[in-house]
Amino acid sequence: MRSKGNWLIWAAVVAIMGFLFVPIVIIVVYAFSAAPIPAWPITGFALHWFADTWNDEEVRQALALSLEVAGVATILAILLGTLAAMAVARMKSAAREVVSFVAVLPIALPGILTGMALAAYFAFWGMNLSYWTIVAGHATFCVVIVYNNVVARLRRMPRSLTEASADLGADAFLTFRRVQLPLMASAIGAGALLAFALSFDEVIVTTFTAGAQNTLPLWIFGAIRLGQKLPEVNVVVFAIILFTTVPVLLAQKLIGESGRVAR
Amino acid sequence: MRRFFSAFGWRHEGAANAALLGLPAIWFACLYLAAIGALLITAFWTVDDLSGDLIPGFSFANFQQLLSDPIYTRIGLRTILIAAAVTITDVVLAWPVAYAMVRLAGPHLRAALMAMVMVPLWSSYLARVYAWRLILAHDGVLNWALAEMGLPGLHIGYSNWAMWIVFSYLWLPFMILPVAAAVERIPPSLLEASADLGERGLATFRRVILPMALPGMVAGAIFTFSLTLGDFVTPMLVGGTGSDFIGNVVYANVGVTNNIPFAAAYAVLPLGVMVVFLALARRLGAFDAL
Repeated sequence: MRSKGNWLIWAAVVAIMGFLFVPIVIIVVYAFSAAPIPAWPITGFALHWFADTWNDEEVRQALALSLEVAGVATILAILLGTLAAMAVARMKSAAREVVSFVAVLPIALPGILTGMALAAYFAFWGMNLSYWTIVAGHATFCVVIVYNNVVARLRRMPRSLTEASADLGADAFLTFRRVQLPLMASAIGAGALLAFALSFDEVIVTTFTAGAQNTLPLWIFGAIRLGQKLPEVNVVVFAIILFTTVPVLLAQKLIGESGRVAR
Repeated sequence: MRRFFSAFGWRHEGAANAALLGLPAIWFACLYLAAIGALLITAFWTVDDLSGDLIPGFSFANFQQLLSDPIYTRIGLRTILIAAAVTITDVVLAWPVAYAMVRLAGPHLRAALMAMVMVPLWSSYLARVYAWRLILAHDGVLNWALAEMGLPGLHIGYSNWAMWIVFSYLWLPFMILPVAAAVERIPPSLLEASADLGERGLATFRRVILPMALPGMVAGAIFTFSLTLGDFVTPMLVGGTGSDFIGNVVYANVGVTNNIPFAAAYAVLPLGVMVVFLALARRLGAFDAL
């Protein structure tokens, strides 16, 4: 009876994993397709689209902008997210409840709201959209990612450690550098990797905060919508999947625990 | 000086907290909360028809227009209903994976399953939507596979069905992870107690595991519901004509017609829905399971 039930569960798991991975396999296969327009079944394979994509100036500029934005947003996120997490970890439970509820709003509310709100805000001040408005938009949710990771780590870190450090004569700054920071480092690192990956992939908020600039996701979105340069889109999305999988699996190792939504 | 600050912070907890929280709080208030405020304010503004300039003021014109044209009600309902359908679908699909991962798999298989859930979660969003476009198109992978099996083709590309499938696909990992975490937190002794009291497998699941994993499901639902509610890219790429979401109207009004006040007014709808949803979720303990 029991083993029969388990057999059914495993069958469902296999089917669901198939559902999760068939589209990813298709992306991988299409990247090597020779045809200039995507058609199925694939008739021939070619590698020259990789070179064509790499030599496309638009793709290169979009890639450079995406990397830059993700880098700056991640640095901001490390600074602000870690500070906020340390403050929240020290708070009394009532204040902590309020702050931790408000703090997750940027990821709990739909991206269209963040994007629309920022568009309204910049219009309100008569500000032009620029590189910095993109960074500001991305940093809103990147900060929360780092915050979430660090606050989870601090929750499991006994307060007695910092007290012991103080008893041994260390001031708050020395305790931070020698006790707290080493214990938080891997959580900060994992949060930073995830924040970077999320920023690099973001399209919804970015459409509202980017002016004339194209990040890589905006370039992909435009190309798919217009039906242009689809072989290059195939190559770009394949490359993105390849390069995001690595930091994500790395972050998973750093977090060192399973089953927690890091986003 | 350094010792002074250190000792001061130790004695005055509030001051130390304020020093730590100051910078993030200013950032958050001046950017995010102020932006939400700007959204609520500009929703009552209007736009000069000729020049396209913003006209500050307090007018219900945008809301009147939204309520008077039934298309906006229909789009709002479509968005909310599909978001709800996607959430329910993902709860159903998440359970076997979460349960197998936590209760049935050994440590190695478990780590492998976890990685298999994480990879699609962080794989490019656009890549995955695009893949589904290739699968569901009329001459796409799905119809090819059906034809190979001698079955008639389906015409679900560019429809609400397509959006339901793709959204369920996109956000499934966001449901699996918190449900798995919630199942993991149930002490095994409770399950043994249930068995000792004579409950069989399915009854234990229904009466012990399911209620105790509720916060996890609600935590997952925050993501599946909110992410669907605020999307406009997937409706554009796989939904086709006549399947606009709230996001599409907002996007078109900001990007194309440059009517920010109207877009802001419509965005108040998902904001209101999410506020109610989050308040409920908090009551159900979802925020401890995030």
